[in-house]
Amino acid sequence: MPERIIVPFGPQHPVLPEPIHLDLVLEDETVVEAIPSIGYIHRGLERLIEKREFTEYVYVAERICGICSFMHALCYSQGIEEIMKIEVPDRARYLRTIWSETSRLHSHLLWLGLFADGMGFENLFMRSWRLRESVLDVLEDTSGGRVIQGTCKVGGVRRDIGAEKLAEMHRALDPFEEQCRDLGDVFLNDETVKYRLQGLGVVGKDDAYALGAVGPTVRASGVAIDHRETGYAAYGDLGFKPVVETAGDCYARCAVRVKEVYASIDLIRRAIDQIPEGPLDVKVRGTPDGEYFSRVEQPRGEVIHYLRGNGTKHLTRARIRTPTLANIPILVKMLPNAQLADVPVVVLSIDPCISCTER
Amino acid sequence: MTVNAEQTTISVAPEDLMREVEGLQAGGYRLVQIGCTDIGGAYEVNYSFDRDYQYRNLRLTLGPDTEIPSISGIYWGAFVYENEMHDLFGIPVVGINIDFKGTFIKTAEKYPFSVTRRGGDQCRNA
Repeated sequence: MPERIIVPFGPQHPVLPEPIHLDLVLEDETVVEAIPSIGYIHRGLERLIEKREFTEYVYVAERICGICSFMHALCYSQGIEEIMKIEVPDRARYLRTIWSETSRLHSHLLWLGLFADGMGFENLFMRSWRLRESVLDVLEDTSGGRVIQGTCKVGGVRRDIGAEKLAEMHRALDPFEEQCRDLGDVFLNDETVKYRLQGLGVVGKDDAYALGAVGPTVRASGVAIDHRETGYAAYGDLGFKPVVETAGDCYARCAVRVKEVYASIDLIRRAIDQIPEGPLDVKVRGTPDGEYFSRVEQPRGEVIHYLRGNGTKHLTRARIRTPTLANIPILVKMLPNAQLADVPVVVLSIDPCISCTER
Repeated sequence: MTVNAEQTTISVAPEDLMREVEGLQAGGYRLVQIGCTDIGGAYEVNYSFDRDYQYRNLRLTLGPDTEIPSISGIYWGAFVYENEMHDLFGIPVVGINIDFKGTFIKTAEKYPFSVTRRGGDQCRNA
């Protein structure tokens, strides 16, 4: 039997923009066990709920993560709105959907670039991030912020996107989709990419479900869970079907995200077509008294904000369960039998977001 | 088609937890999260499960000295939440499949994390 050695992976590693640590137990070059640890950048953001008024905490929520910033604010706001029985105006629901899907585009294109970089395909990395740049330009144009949008609030949204700007976005979607499909064609059909990804980090449907995985990670194993199906924001009006693959390997996880880029473009297009005129917000009266588990589908999967108020302007508890935290168990199951050189690709395939995880 | 997502919460006693969780697992529910809330002198632990977007929540209310059994034998991935609950709230969870013994979440300050509970008791796992 080969000698077992432990190789530390992270917390600082070229493929990890944020710190997570894995102790990799190896026999020769083969991983036999992976033991994760987190907590290098724990910020205690949940505790801040006791110091900020419930309307102000949106600013904190959107700073949990720099990639799915808008969707954290949305999840928090929807939770408060549910507790306080606030009906959000239709136009605000559509604008929330447009910004959510634009954020998903930004996140998936960011991930595709990082994934290409992890595979050693530098040219593909540059192509992905060039497209991402144009998405960031749209976010900046419509919200004023490339990373933190600051547009979501309890009761609606803070700013509108004018008809002219929406028409401009709509016109830009066709050439943008064409470029994304060119890019996706490489990820889905290039022989070197397939050779690198297929059969790597395989998790079957039953295991993925039992391990509580979420997002593209679980959908790539054939489980059709996507919270947009519950119809929050304007998803109920637009209609939505989850993107599902069945192979459960790194290639399938990549394919789900590539196809979700196309789905997001389609959702934005239909949201722009159908967005109604009307107010952007409603006045928030009173204070939250009650509790709710608010759930939203982020780019990495289902995020949960558990919110609890006691009728004062400060909530008593915010507990945030982020998708990466839910995907750590499946990552631990993916790694055994992988080669050491494949570990960065397998780790990246769950799209880990550590700033979310740490809160 | 929009799916109607419902949330239900039921309170359970610590001694009934394993039976309830086994029942949910047999019913095809997935573990969504385990979260802890300090309610002043006691803790409330929410075990959340989901099947087809129907959200079931088991709620334990614990005194400061109560140990709880790990459900990681039923839901393997529960170790993430149980270690987090231990490291950030000091709740002793007995029998976690991967027990980090207070080192899963690395906090710069040990107190009040990881090693103590309300009243200053030493946590069993620390």
